[in-house]
Amino acid sequence: MRANIYIYIFVMAFATWCMRVIPSLIMKKPIENKFAKSFLHYVPYVTLAVMTFPAIVQATDQPLAGLVAFIAGILAAWCGVSLIGVASICCISVLIIEYIMTLL
Amino acid sequence: MLEGARDGLPIGLGYFAVAFSLGIAARGYGFTPLQGFISSLFTYASAGQYMGFSLYAVNGSLLQLIVLTIIINLRYILMGFALNQRMPAGTSVKRRVLVGTCITDEIFGATISRQSAPTPYYTFGALFTAVPMWALGTAIGIGMGNILPGRIVSALGVALFGMFLATIIPASKKDRRIMFAVIASFVLSYIAATAPIVSELSEGTRTIILTIGISAAFAALLPVKEGDAS
Repeated sequence: MRANIYIYIFVMAFATWCMRVIPSLIMKKPIENKFAKSFLHYVPYVTLAVMTFPAIVQATDQPLAGLVAFIAGILAAWCGVSLIGVASICCISVLIIEYIMTLL
Repeated sequence: MLEGARDGLPIGLGYFAVAFSLGIAARGYGFTPLQGFISSLFTYASAGQYMGFSLYAVNGSLLQLIVLTIIINLRYILMGFALNQRMPAGTSVKRRVLVGTCITDEIFGATISRQSAPTPYYTFGALFTAVPMWALGTAIGIGMGNILPGRIVSALGVALFGMFLATIIPASKKDRRIMFAVIASFVLSYIAATAPIVSELSEGTRTIILTIGISAAFAALLPVKEGDAS
């Protein structure tokens, strides 16, 4: 049987929140174990990299535009451009490439 | 708080575009703009919400909802451990929970890209700026369907990825081990998204499997030495 939609929404929000705070309730101090420490050192970067590619190529109407945004973003970030700067450069690359492709 | 709000702004712009497309999907699943607004305001989890909306449409039970929410959002647990690892011993549980409450893929990325220990002030600055735009985008997506020109939606859709790059690339430049891990992640993620069988798993499941596998492999092969900044 289907629950009331607001109960459903509440359960979804609460279950999601639990996932966010469980580690905060368990961890009291930084982990010392070498393997666990190294693992946690890599996790942030690996998970963000995995979520970025190839998803960025699939996010745009034209895959080529996403690919150009990906490369432009890497170059900009390598050169030390700020967070909002890199995000803007990626968006602008997509606008330009998709505009050019409509002309072809 | 102000720094968080400043970094929350580009996050929010990206959210708005993504939430808009989530809203269009939610509309198809029978959600009203108010229901979409409330779900997004309190859940703020893109893939998790998409699953929740579609499950509701097929009369899914609350138990199914809880189980799938846990599976899809497992990465938040990893992110939570990574954030807590950067907080000094003696940080109060209240402070840790407040930081954990703000975890989204993007706020996590922005928080990690700062060198200092995560603080609730920063994360809430980002959360309070970005999440209302996420909720508003969902409501407008449900209410109005497709009003933004497709080209704008397409361009805004990459803003989030640009922010991810702004986090991982400077770290790769500084630390060769992270660079190798990032390159391996790009390659394996591409393979996982295109290979038969594996590509049929949901994106959230692939993310968690790849994150655990790649991070564990690098932790074993290139462990972090004592005294290294993490």
